Amino acid sequence: MIHYFDTLIIGSGLAGLRAAIEASRHGSVAVLTKLYPTRSHSGAAQGGISAALGNEEPDSPEWHFYDTTKGSDFLGDQDAIGIMCEDAIRTIVELEHMGVPFSRTPEGKIAQRRFGGHTRDFGAAPVRRACYSADRTGHAILFALYEQSELQGVASFPEFQVLDIVIENGRCSGALVLDIQSGDLHTFNAKATLVASGGYGRVFKTTSNALASTGDCLSILFDGGIPLEDMECFQFHPTGLYGLGILITEGARGEGGILVNGKGERFMERYAPTIKDLAPRDMVSRAIMTEIREGRGVDGKDFVHLDLRHVDKKIIEERLPEISTFCKIYMGIDPSENPIPVLPTAHYAMGGIPTDVDGRVLGDEKGATIEGLYAAGECACVSVHGANRLGCNSLLDTVVFGRRAGMAIGGYIKDADRREIAKGPSDRVKADMNALVNSTGDEKAGALRSEFRKMMMDRCSVFRNEEGLAGLVQDLKTIKERTKYVGIKDRGAQFNTELLEALELNHLINLGEAIALSALQRKESRGAHSREDFPERDDENWLKHTFAFKTGRGIEFRYKPVTITRFKPEERKY
Amino acid sequence: MNNYTFRIKRFDPENDTVPRWEEFHVEMAPTERVLDGLIKIKDSVDGSLTFRRSCAHGVCGSCAMKINGKNGLACQTLIKDVSFSPDTVITLEPLPALPLIKDLVVDMAPFFEKNDKVLPYLINNEPPPERERLQSPEDQHTILQSITCIMCGCCTSSCPSYWADKEYLGPSALLKAYRFIFDTRDRSTEARLERVAQVHGLWRCHSIYNCVEVCPKEIDITGHIAKLKSLSVKKALSGRKSLKKK
Ligand SMILES: Cc1cc2nc3c(=O)[nH]c(=O)nc-3n(C[C@H](O)[C@H](O)[C@H](O)COP(=O)(O)OP(=O)(O)OC[C@H]3O[C@@H](n4cnc5c(N)ncnc54)[C@H](O)[C@@H]3O)c2cc1C
Ligand code: SF4
Ligand code: SF4
Ligand code: FES
Repeated sequence: MIHYFDTLIIGSGLAGLRAAIEASRHGSVAVLTKLYPTRSHSGAAQGGISAALGNEEPDSPEWHFYDTTKGSDFLGDQDAIGIMCEDAIRTIVELEHMGVPFSRTPEGKIAQRRFGGHTRDFGAAPVRRACYSADRTGHAILFALYEQSELQGVASFPEFQVLDIVIENGRCSGALVLDIQSGDLHTFNAKATLVASGGYGRVFKTTSNALASTGDCLSILFDGGIPLEDMECFQFHPTGLYGLGILITEGARGEGGILVNGKGERFMERYAPTIKDLAPRDMVSRAIMTEIREGRGVDGKDFVHLDLRHVDKKIIEERLPEISTFCKIYMGIDPSENPIPVLPTAHYAMGGIPTDVDGRVLGDEKGATIEGLYAAGECACVSVHGANRLGCNSLLDTVVFGRRAGMAIGGYIKDADRREIAKGPSDRVKADMNALVNSTGDEKAGALRSEFRKMMMDRCSVFRNEEGLAGLVQDLKTIKERTKYVGIKDRGAQFNTELLEALELNHLINLGEAIALSALQRKESRGAHSREDFPERDDENWLKHTFAFKTGRGIEFRYKPVTITRFKPEERKY
Repeated sequence: MNNYTFRIKRFDPENDTVPRWEEFHVEMAPTERVLDGLIKIKDSVDGSLTFRRSCAHGVCGSCAMKINGKNGLACQTLIKDVSFSPDTVITLEPLPALPLIKDLVVDMAPFFEKNDKVLPYLINNEPPPERERLQSPEDQHTILQSITCIMCGCCTSSCPSYWADKEYLGPSALLKAYRFIFDTRDRSTEARLERVAQVHGLWRCHSIYNCVEVCPKEIDITGHIAKLKSLSVKKALSGRKSLKKK
């Protein structure tokens, strides 16, 4: 089937839906998602969304700006960070007007709590900046945005999986999409295409990300010649449930929870004397891994405890009900009575598709844009998070830059001409799929996926070094070769998830290579990218963004300077 | 680790005319999720086994199915909760009352369409204040349970009234109506009540509580429907009174 829309939006998380609402004021909009819209992983966000509302204590956008920059280890672009923090208050008020059911203060205002790295007076003490709806903030916002997008008449296509994004002569003209239910290939022609396809934490063995977070669209664009920025910067959240990786929100520490090692010590006092357990995530994750490596894990094992036993039961019931349920269901423990075993879990991709502050995708490090192609949300890199994102800043990023991209699209489509994707690309996609379905190889996608995710976790997670990364790059080549022999049992057209999972595996490995090589070439430690062989930050040589390009010769690197407008890089202490 | 038997109802739309049963044996720890078992089967025994999943921890609503005869989420049900000894069989079927697509996947469209009928969005055309609209914590609590719904479909597909009347809005859509009607910021109570207070709406619910029993978010759906019923009766009565006055 062939469709024509003014705007095509890939992904129905917060970024895609906020953009859709905006773009629908200017023309027809289609939103595609490989899930159902409200099943996007934004719905899993627990802790909150940041804005200096000052509802519970004095706060200012300026402090938010400083914290975000410092949190990013000064790799964030300050023009973009400034825009985000300035726009935060308006954004939250607008979300509230759209119907988001935020938790409330006794006076009826939006309630706020503490979160890692968010401080008052430029680092003096933690501040209540996280607006929340208990510990289901993402769910609350996702539903409100979906509901409003329906009201605006946005056409949504659930269970439609994008197989290719078509860029011809420096212009994007839409996407080729599989209707999962019928197995039919659809062509979506659009003047503007926005990629809002979310994260790709499934690259790593232990992750808080959904099974659908496989980074398909980044991999598709990378193959199509679009660079990927700062892929070495991947965030490991300190508190994933041990053995499962399910997230326990930082809000648990924001409400008073503390981390404790096997000797019963509150070890964060040693690593971040001022804000302790509310230090940024990269630092807390490294602290946990260091405690474990030095033999201070609980019972000599590879986990530490998150202790909430001293927190008022009522607060846990009212503000952290969801994570309490997770602990009960999956670990058989009650956080009011037992400490929670936790370990860092792959959580958030700071890196991604490079864009300007209006969501336009950059084709190179010098700022050339690709006409008609936009990106926003976790898949994009504006970059507001630099080398380490602060908690609650991602939801804000998705909504602020989703809206801006939608507005930019509104301006662009007015004068843009209609697009028509030629037959070539769709023949190619069909041929690729047929080859995969009819493959007689005996490799199993599931086994390869497990092997791949384990090697990424072992050698490219919280700590990295030259030897491990170089070996990883070699092993990734071998595993990539083996994926050519993946056999598919399901030969059917309808709901062939076996085929889709095999395609997703190729995308994951493609991104794994970009991450590993980017990590290998950045010879310093900054934010979440921590090299044991280069433990210091090196502003002289590395205060710059990595741009990875896929070329005929392999992956090559170029660099873009960091935009510094307000805060000069300084030593990062908490 | 134990060896568990999964008995799964399967249907391949391109080859089967009716569903068939198939058994699989999987090595698992009792504390693993039913979903882990499905993934193990798909990854290492039969790649064609088809089911929906995404978040894997009970927040997205994708993996609803019938587990040992009762609707639930495969990612929120542990093996030990459904198989008390390694020789108890774990039986998995697609959600009932919705059109079957393939194996454990049903067509959710009829379920989602019900929602669209209750004006499922906040409506308030008054000029918005500069800051947030105020709402007391107590008023927020009134809608607290209803906002946790993940649209998994466990409730509606287990409701005998829905089995009997496919036009019935069903518990999930009624809960959605409640979510907005009782939100102090919304201004469309009348229009929404009109849509739910009808034979295929509120009055189709006979308080059988099947829905509450299966809701993975433990929402007292029937209680919410009851509140809608009494509100609707109250409004009807006061409507009649004001008619008499005229
Ligand atoms: C457990 C958890 C808790 C979090 N808590 C917080 C928090 O408290 N505060 C905060 O600020 N951030 C939090 N984050 C981060 C934040 O939730 C995410 O970064 C953000 O929601 C991403 O939104 P998105 O719109 O970019 O993508 P998503 O919500 O992930 O949406 C991606 C969309 O793209 C679609 N898609 C992907 N590939 C394809 C394809 N090939 N074809 C068609 N569609 C496709 C998906 O179906 C989906 O609809 C959390 C993250 C996790 C995992
Ligand atoms: S209580 Fe009402 S909605 Fe729930 S199962 Fe019974 S009839 Fe259906
Ligand atoms: S009310 Fe409960 S069972 Fe029904 S759709 Fe919502 S979460 Fe699922
Ligand atoms: S996979 Fe999301 S609810 Fe089960």
